[in-house]
Amino acid sequence: MPKPKQPRRRAPLVAEPIPVPSPGQRRFYGQGVPNIDVSLLSGRLIVVEGADGSGRSTQIARLVRWLEARGHATTQVGLKRSMLVAEELDAAKGGNILSHTTMSLFYATDFADQLENTILPALRAGFMVLADRYIYTLMARDLVRGMDEAWLRNLYGIALVPDAVFYLRVSPEQLVQRTFAKKHVLDYWESGMDLGLSRDMFDSFLKYQGMIAETFQRLQGIYDFEIIDGDRPAEEVSGELQQKIEAVLRGSVGGT
Amino acid sequence: MFVLRMNKTFAELGFPGRLVAIEGLDGSGKSTQIHLLQRWLEQQGLRVFFSEWSSSELVHSATTKAKKQTLLTPTTFSLIHATDFADRYERQFLPLLRAGYLVLCDRYVFTAFARDTVRGCSQPWVRGLYSFAALPDATFFLKMHLDVLLQRVKSVRKELKYFEAGLDLKLSIDPEESYRIFQGRLLEQYLGMSSEFGFYNIDASKPVESQQTVIREVLAARLDLNAFLKD
Repeated sequence: MPKPKQPRRRAPLVAEPIPVPSPGQRRFYGQGVPNIDVSLLSGRLIVVEGADGSGRSTQIARLVRWLEARGHATTQVGLKRSMLVAEELDAAKGGNILSHTTMSLFYATDFADQLENTILPALRAGFMVLADRYIYTLMARDLVRGMDEAWLRNLYGIALVPDAVFYLRVSPEQLVQRTFAKKHVLDYWESGMDLGLSRDMFDSFLKYQGMIAETFQRLQGIYDFEIIDGDRPAEEVSGELQQKIEAVLRGSVGGT
Repeated sequence: MFVLRMNKTFAELGFPGRLVAIEGLDGSGKSTQIHLLQRWLEQQGLRVFFSEWSSSELVHSATTKAKKQTLLTPTTFSLIHATDFADRYERQFLPLLRAGYLVLCDRYVFTAFARDTVRGCSQPWVRGLYSFAALPDATFFLKMHLDVLLQRVKSVRKELKYFEAGLDLKLSIDPEESYRIFQGRLLEQYLGMSSEFGFYNIDASKPVESQQTVIREVLAARLDLNAFLKD
């Protein structure tokens, strides 16, 4: 018969004081949105970028657990989550009938809605906002489709500069393996099939993800985000992310 | 600062077609005038296409839903209308203008320039947003005094519309007062653009027929209308 478990003896729990992030200088990339006092935004905006299969959602889930355990309130945002146009975007993607400019503006509307109705209010309330992708993915997708860079930079001049942006870089070959391990099928859009790079989806996927990675590399020069090697095991990646976010929490806002 | 904007018309860009826009405050009689213009041009056997502001189907579902729920901020209001415009511009205007059509637009980018700026969006941002769109080859502006306009609008409908009175801007709790302030600011924007973009100002307090005569005369003088004859 198994012995009844003895309760483990350990020191009584002590509640450590939770450091309150201090407000500081914040800015928008460009013109910003009207009627916002940025000095009131005391929370932190942390962005995780990367292709599908780069481990974004896993890493965000881990960060949420970690931050909440440390006593910080969190909110999550992502692309295509706004009530305003999500349905219409899905319909448009399904039919593949809209021009690039229209799709681009549709996504920007979705982004602006979440920015104004979720991100900014949460930051005002002092929350840690974790964004599962931000304007960079939207820009990269449009850039590889030939959209004008100056136009895109003006469009996304409404975006708030995050406190930290991490780009999980995973080689296209790894991405294929991870995608197959999860759902055994490549996504039409994530394979860039609309670009006509190749009739072969596997081929197109590799080419398209390669182009996206190159574009991110270039965007890094402008937007200054940290590239994280996403080919490593999840624990290692979260370790690095936590370490970097510690610094963000200690410092004043507008670290990027 | 670098400002992104379009300063070429379709003619200047080498399109065989021409785009004619009509602008003015709500209730100034735009739809009536452009409808009469369309009738005349069609009767002359010309290739004509008419398009209305915020009429793209896919975007329509999003705009009506949002307007009902008044979920829109100045930024999303602006973006959703830009999306609608882009959809019509790239799927209808561009191909038709390449094919040598006369495209008539009830409102064009100037409506967005005026409204969004009055709602608080930055002017360079809004203009940059629409910088993919060429300028019309002729723009008519139906100019009318605010008092006359308000009387006219009140005589056709019982209540002022939410967005047309600018009630989302919380300028005044009195809808009529809010309407005056909001439409007054729009008018200011239009008057500024009228000289900047070379609008043809039409006195919209004149009888419908007189206005239409001027519009037809100006257009016939400005464009070689026979170039748009159907084969």
